[in-house]
Amino acid sequence: MKGFNFNGVLAIYRWEMARTGRTLWQSVVAPVITTSLYFVVFGSAIGSRMQSVDGVAYGSFLVPGLIMLSLLTQSISNAALGIYFPKFTGTVFELLSAPVSAIEMVIGYVGAAASKSVLIGLIILATSALFVPLRIDHVWAMLAFLLLTALTFSLFGFIIGIWADGFEQLNVVPVLVVTPLTFLGGAFYSIKDLPEPWHTVSLFNPVAYLVSGFRWSFFGKGDISLGWSLGFIALFLAACLGVVVWIFRTGYRLKS
Amino acid sequence: MQPVLSVRGVGKTYGSGHRALESVDLDIHRGEIFALLGPNGAGKTTLISIICGIVNPSSGTILVDGHDAIRDAREARSRIGLVPQELSMDMFSTVWATVTFSRGLFGKSPDRAYCEQVLRDLSLFDKKDTPVRMLSGGMKRRVLIAKALAHEPQILFLDEPTAGVDVSLRRDMWRLIGSLRERGTTIILTTHYIEEAEEMADRVGVIDKGQLLLVEQKDALMKKLGKREMHVTLAEPLDAIPAELADWQLTLEDEGHGLLYRFDAQAERTGIPSLLRRMSDLGIGFTDLDTSKSSLEDIFVDLVERR
Repeated sequence: MKGFNFNGVLAIYRWEMARTGRTLWQSVVAPVITTSLYFVVFGSAIGSRMQSVDGVAYGSFLVPGLIMLSLLTQSISNAALGIYFPKFTGTVFELLSAPVSAIEMVIGYVGAAASKSVLIGLIILATSALFVPLRIDHVWAMLAFLLLTALTFSLFGFIIGIWADGFEQLNVVPVLVVTPLTFLGGAFYSIKDLPEPWHTVSLFNPVAYLVSGFRWSFFGKGDISLGWSLGFIALFLAACLGVVVWIFRTGYRLKS
Repeated sequence: MQPVLSVRGVGKTYGSGHRALESVDLDIHRGEIFALLGPNGAGKTTLISIICGIVNPSSGTILVDGHDAIRDAREARSRIGLVPQELSMDMFSTVWATVTFSRGLFGKSPDRAYCEQVLRDLSLFDKKDTPVRMLSGGMKRRVLIAKALAHEPQILFLDEPTAGVDVSLRRDMWRLIGSLRERGTTIILTTHYIEEAEEMADRVGVIDKGQLLLVEQKDALMKKLGKREMHVTLAEPLDAIPAELADWQLTLEDEGHGLLYRFDAQAERTGIPSLLRRMSDLGIGFTDLDTSKSSLEDIFVDLVERR
């Protein structure tokens, strides 16, 4: 399609943000409570027996991993629900009949989902400041990682939402794939401390690259070099974009 | 005059191999009300869905106001509004939010006054801050119409607009369609209720098994295919039609208590006066006479069943 339907993108973005607004209580309070619980359990109970990881106090060391855990699951489930819900209720007819191109639809839906998860990430960061002293060496890099990860995984969630046939499928990937990978990807420990062969196995875990890069922006060092982390996000972003382009070109699961 | 919508050779075969639409050709004139009639599964909704861009056609081209529906989709789609058969809407948002969303989605900048007027025309204005799920079925259908009108379309598709709608709302709907037409909106509706097409439509198309059987001015169709009937209630029952009345090809009905005479409404001579004269000559008395026109429904059933 020629031109750009700015009003259409804005309508989708506002619509999705309003959906978030209706569940504001749950959206804001849930991450605050979860983060607090993690700090109580890991930070106080376990952390008191651990001095430091890689020269960083264990409580502070947890912050990037915790944010990353919520960022990944929230981005996926928000974006997946955003596009799955119209399919489920049948309102997708309106999207398909509107003069909105695929790229505009993606900007609206993925943009809104990513905005929401960046917001949640910042809320968790603020909550952490109540429990541990915050140290962020590279603020802009931290924000860039936050934004890029939110965008990439919202795009991934958008794909899941289009693929899903039922509500349980929406949860399969976040619960069965992303959460385990985050736990095993060094969200709560440094994978450098793992004995072989687990250290090498962890290098095949894509989330390890995200956590490591994000942690670098806080403390100036990570488990994996910064280049690898950035390279991985770029690769995953490109893959998701490729799948989305293919979906709209073929009408896969949206149009017969 | 250039048709506002031109459909050429549009066919659809679904992935399952089901052939929903044969090659359909159809021109819709600017400002008319066109009724698409057909039994369930005839291909009405498939045809509409293809024109609106929800289903990909297997073959053929569509021009909306001169714009190709696929190559120039943005121009084509922004001219079309669709009211679907199902009441599918986000149930949690308010009437106002869902109507303004539709306007934005179709690329129009916000226009508070226009959207308010649409809601007023549909008697929805006092419900504008109500969540959709709190509305009755009839009200929900009005919201769907408001959504379809929010971006000021030139062509409005109404897929079974009055299915499952009570009589008073149906009247309102007809009034609304009439006033839209006065403002120059082209309206294409599908319906099961043939009296609806009979009352509203300028032209009628009959579709069955994916094929467009005919497209005709409604009045011309009713004249051409319409038959008239006269029922005569007899004073005394007859066992058989007397040979003297053979010319009129009468049918005995109601166990000999009545006669049925079918005649061509267009003919110069209906044959009624001569029939009645002959009957009184023969001493056949009658107590009542009743003539009726065949409705569009009779014509339709006749057409579809003849295949």
